[in-house]
Amino acid sequence: MAELPKVNPEGSAKTYSGFGIPLIFPAWIIIGFFLVIPVAMMLVYSFLTKEFRGGVIWEFSISAYDQFFLYRGLFGDSPPVIEWTYISIFWRSIWQAGLATFCCLIIGFPTAWFIATRTGRNKTIWLFLITIPYWVNLLIRTISMKFLIRDNGPLNEFFLSIGLISEPFHIINTNFAVQLGLFYSYLPFMVLPIYAAVERYNFALSEAAADLYASRTVTLFKVILPTVRPGIVAGCILVFVPSLGAFLAPDLLGGAKNFMIGSLIEEQFKGAAGNWPFGAAASMILLSLVLIVLTFYARNQTKGQI
Amino acid sequence: MATKNVDLRHFTGFKSLTLLCLFLLYAPLIIVMVYSFNDSNSITRWNTVSLRWYYDLFYGVDAPKFKTAAINSVSIAVMAAISATVIATMAATAMLRAGSFRGKSVSFALINLPLMVPEIVTAVATLIFFSAIGFTTGYLTILIAHIVFCIPFAYLPIAARMQGIEDVYEQAAQDLYATRFQAFRLILLPLMAPGIISGFLLAFIISLDDFIITNFVKGAGVETLPTVIFGAVKQGIKPNIMAISTLLLAVSVGFVALSYFVGRMGEKANPTTTKQGD
Repeated sequence: MAELPKVNPEGSAKTYSGFGIPLIFPAWIIIGFFLVIPVAMMLVYSFLTKEFRGGVIWEFSISAYDQFFLYRGLFGDSPPVIEWTYISIFWRSIWQAGLATFCCLIIGFPTAWFIATRTGRNKTIWLFLITIPYWVNLLIRTISMKFLIRDNGPLNEFFLSIGLISEPFHIINTNFAVQLGLFYSYLPFMVLPIYAAVERYNFALSEAAADLYASRTVTLFKVILPTVRPGIVAGCILVFVPSLGAFLAPDLLGGAKNFMIGSLIEEQFKGAAGNWPFGAAASMILLSLVLIVLTFYARNQTKGQI
Repeated sequence: MATKNVDLRHFTGFKSLTLLCLFLLYAPLIIVMVYSFNDSNSITRWNTVSLRWYYDLFYGVDAPKFKTAAINSVSIAVMAAISATVIATMAATAMLRAGSFRGKSVSFALINLPLMVPEIVTAVATLIFFSAIGFTTGYLTILIAHIVFCIPFAYLPIAARMQGIEDVYEQAAQDLYATRFQAFRLILLPLMAPGIISGFLLAFIISLDDFIITNFVKGAGVETLPTVIFGAVKQGIKPNIMAISTLLLAVSVGFVALSYFVGRMGEKANPTTTKQGD
């Protein structure tokens, strides 16, 4: 997922010209039929009436969105006021995802820089070490984190044994645990795109800055960061987007009190809530948020090219 | 030149942060690996080293459950990865070798769409779709959903590889009266092999690892390894979960290493990617 290969839209090689459509056809069919149409259907479902215990009744209704934004009293006859429950879940998700992105950037950029400036075999080894966690099952990584930070887990045992704390430090089932989980889950996603950008960085720019008496810090902020910005933005997107819709970290590390969008949606389909139109509406709102972020990204990438 | 003496690549503290980063990434995994060899019923108390929980995995009470889930996971991953690799190879040929055609720019977005839509949204949409058309959720629905999100992962290494191969080889073959199909099968495909293998392996791992989408579309009765593990963890982390996690971890690492070395081997063997100015 790191850096998408740049496809020349004109296409210089024409060995199989005329076969373009038949060759691309299977991809169109599979993705169109099993992803584009389903998302369109989800939009339709968000405007239907819910049936108890899952499923829908084919009757137009905006009650899913209404329920999301407005509270009309227990019997639905009071004047509507703004319903904060779901908005605050979304707000908390955005905030958590944003913080995770920031933390990943703070540690991810130096890591990416350090690896990209190694040479030869060394670089390969460092890069390989950072790539492995990227491909390790997210569920297993989240479970490891849960195991580590339990009240009587290895982390607490260690702190107790060295006498740093006198009773177990309660981390699990807090917002902090979710934050830790998100940071841990998506850290490699930050490193790889920044690495790719630093790889292409021309060190003559640093030399020029040094010749003009720029300090190291000034060079970092005024020359390096603006130049590798496309990589940084790509890394931030790759951390922010999956964090926003994350399910495993809030569910396994946060418990019932620290709901995020992912858990809210899951609850509507797999859990007790069983309100499909509401789940579809929440998914549509999440998808819209992501599309806004991606649009911003697309603009930024085209602007950032020198 | 004064600047020659200063290493402009060096920033104080970056190495420590890198080490911290690696430590953070690996520590939880290593701890779970270590504890999976703990001969104790409790996950907290350390007893002696043993393979007890691995034995339990294969012969214990839950063994049949894990076995069925493993068979489902692997068979789905193999079929999804093969389908995604074939589709992605055809798509890459279209995008990089077929000149321009109608809908080309849309195609690029479409292939990468599964990467852009959040997983949970894909999961919801797929569940709604299958339920709306009355398709019973189960093995087949998991397989179809996996093929969809495996396509971009297979596409990335395949397209990257194809971009590195100049089309002069196929042109030479055609000059020597090879048909286009022969040029593809005898020239392009063998040159593409490392990219195709990498694509297949990455798609395989992605499918094997998926939890969220599988959890939504699996329906009742069909379980894969991640869903079985998730279900078990909901009742608390037991030592056998750490053993199975360690095994899955080993499989992931093995496959990524394999994919990596196949890619590198290809780079060395392929005459077209020999770098001149680098």
